[in-house]
Amino acid sequence: MDTKTIKSESAAITAIIAGHNNNSTDLMDILIDVQERFRFISEEAVGIIAKAISSSISEVEQTLSFYHFLSRTPTGKYTVYLNNSAVAEMMGRDEIAQTFEEEAECEFGTVSEDGNIGLFHTSCIGMNDQEPSAIINQRVFTSLSRKGVIELVHAMKNGVEIDDLPGTGVRSNIIRPGPILTMEAQPAEILKKTVSRKPEDVIAEVRAANLRGRGGAGFLTAMKWQLCRAVKAERRYIFCNADEGEPGTFKDRVILTERPELLFAGMVIAGYAIGAAEGILYLRYEYKYMAEHLEDVLRQMREDGLLGKSAVAKQDFDFDIRIQFGGGSYVCGEESALLESAEGKRGEPRDRPPFPVEKGYLQQPTVVNNVETLCAVAKIMLKGSNWYRALGTVESTGTKLLSISGDCERPGVYEVEWGFNVNDILRMVGAEDVQAVQVSGPSGTCIASSEFNRRLAYEDLSTGGSMIVIGNQRDLLKDIVLNFTDFFISESCGSCVPCRAMTIQYKKKLEKILRGNGVAADIDQMLSWEKVMLVNRCGLGQTAANPILSTIRNFRELYNSRLRKHTDFVSEFDLSAAVRESCKITNRIPGPGGG
Amino acid sequence: MSILITINGREYGAESGQSVLEIATDNGIYIPTLCNYEGIKPQGCCRVCTCLINGRKMTACTTPATDKMVVETNNQDLEWIRSTIIELLFVEGNHFCPACEKSGSCELQALAYRYRMMAPQFPYSFSARDVEPAHGTLLIDHNRCILCKRCVRWRPEPEAPGWFVFVNRGHETRIKFVHERAADFNKSLAQAAMNICPVGAIIRRGKGYDVPIGRRKYDKLPIGSDIETKERS
Repeated sequence: MDTKTIKSESAAITAIIAGHNNNSTDLMDILIDVQERFRFISEEAVGIIAKAISSSISEVEQTLSFYHFLSRTPTGKYTVYLNNSAVAEMMGRDEIAQTFEEEAECEFGTVSEDGNIGLFHTSCIGMNDQEPSAIINQRVFTSLSRKGVIELVHAMKNGVEIDDLPGTGVRSNIIRPGPILTMEAQPAEILKKTVSRKPEDVIAEVRAANLRGRGGAGFLTAMKWQLCRAVKAERRYIFCNADEGEPGTFKDRVILTERPELLFAGMVIAGYAIGAAEGILYLRYEYKYMAEHLEDVLRQMREDGLLGKSAVAKQDFDFDIRIQFGGGSYVCGEESALLESAEGKRGEPRDRPPFPVEKGYLQQPTVVNNVETLCAVAKIMLKGSNWYRALGTVESTGTKLLSISGDCERPGVYEVEWGFNVNDILRMVGAEDVQAVQVSGPSGTCIASSEFNRRLAYEDLSTGGSMIVIGNQRDLLKDIVLNFTDFFISESCGSCVPCRAMTIQYKKKLEKILRGNGVAADIDQMLSWEKVMLVNRCGLGQTAANPILSTIRNFRELYNSRLRKHTDFVSEFDLSAAVRESCKITNRIPGPGGG
Repeated sequence: MSILITINGREYGAESGQSVLEIATDNGIYIPTLCNYEGIKPQGCCRVCTCLINGRKMTACTTPATDKMVVETNNQDLEWIRSTIIELLFVEGNHFCPACEKSGSCELQALAYRYRMMAPQFPYSFSARDVEPAHGTLLIDHNRCILCKRCVRWRPEPEAPGWFVFVNRGHETRIKFVHERAADFNKSLAQAAMNICPVGAIIRRGKGYDVPIGRRKYDKLPIGSDIETKERS
């Protein structure tokens, strides 16, 4: 590179940083912008960033190296991230991956020799209803076929602009809309109604609706708001958690593209209720393709006076919303990790107490609500808590959006009232010959047909909204459980010992059983380790062994049938495998005596 | 504000804001830990100090005591969890005690003795890790690092940034020396870093075997004895 190029590069980086006011809490945005502009973040770039935000190279690297869409080495002019979720594999991902490798003439994890195409694996990108799919430079390509990939790579080789690359875009696939997904009013109407009441009354209304958080934990939304409002502070924040990272979940994607004004209205309501001046939508990087559309909606809301100074024409209510992107990390869906990430740090969950409602974003009281929760809030303010409470069951009021994928005829988003049982849902989505249903993603539970009469409700089968249908043709342990276990290994933040190290032990045991070397004691051991997993700091770490634990409990015979009979012990250490390579080189055959 | 807290069935007076671990230690009750270190901001990384606090499993190092809190530091369940975490750490890295400069002063080794660890229930990972000449005064042996984050959280000068950071994530997480400020690092800081490290991952160059084996910290009495003898006195 000549000096002129280097100079213009550093000028571009400096301009990017200046665009973020040299602010260290904007580090994620700066890194993402540099990554997108240069397709990697060079040593020089890291140096320039560190200097500009008064940090050190190592400290920038500390954040950078945590997120898998941020790279210190070039990722190609076209950077292909092919989803490797279990459902992608069920839908023929392997053939697609192979085609990419053949056509691009490079392997996954590398960049083609001319630096044009980079191929990488990535965890679930929220497209399970249209797999196999990939992200190429922020654009999502769905329902990939072998033929499609050949055309795609050909176009990339010819330097076709990203927007002109051939392929299928994202479809919303709303199969069954319900009260939340049905558009009945403009945000202006909902918000005017809201600000005509006192913030305390807004909280009371949401409490009367008995709304519980839709992220999975099911905490009472009104209580969270009340706790936050009660903390004396200069500034409070409302975050919308749109880091939909649980494999198999994509309902937030559909809300974000189809009903963003409803979501933003929900954020304004929450902001008004808790007394916040700023709302931040933490959006997973996989959904970067929506950025322009969402910004347009926010701009319109500002023009309509629904955001900004004296928002909704309410005196002293200054409130605006901005979007904060993540950089590729499942753990950032955990609310305190999300806040760390939003502050420009590694997405490591915080110790609690203090809880975010006391000390959250920038140590200020913060509420983090799920996308769907905030939409429900908007609808409650429009139609009242009585209307809402009439939906669902007594303990689980309202509706639930479900992302349904896997072996079924009609994958997509379904909005159902709480209380539906699994059988009803399977009939609805056209699923026959079902072996198992993975409820609430890998961190949830895998149930067998004996439990298909269970109802979706906080008091019975709780769910964050994902259901993966697994047909009888699948090898549950190999195709699904192993994939999920790998997912947790690659997504652990690494902070707690059990989440970082025990997940690897689980995988080793599972592989031992899959190799046909397992014994009954191996299963008992895996069950006993659950206690250790439960002492991880965050909910994600605590559930990281659930794919194995729930299938041991519900599909024990699948494990038993693979165990060695009439023996109590088989070593994990495979001597002949260990010496295979050296035997090959020295031209010896490993004998029974180890010789 | 003064508070009362019950630890293992006995009531103790304490100040609110103190961590459960601090109160226990002050009162001669030993709660094992690997990531906590006096003077360094706690962060529950190792999970070894997990206790039953008001019936829930929580880390004693990060949990501030509140009035009428009930704590159980020791039962079969907790002890089993602790020893399993220690075993996990032994197989995750490469810990060859006889050749380690820290042998005898190593907290991981000492805890393994305290828990009478024989052979681990897990297979060794034999992961490929580097020994890194991080600074003229300092070696980092990643084979022995248990990612407790003590060095990362350590602030010798409260207002200045630290000397180590974490890079990567998950099982690929590693500590990294902040090279840019290497000119300001010196022998005494290297010694302090080595003392803070619970294992032999941070070694001051040329000073590894300063104290002869047999006269090292845990050579005579098991780890925690200093705290437990307080109770007897």
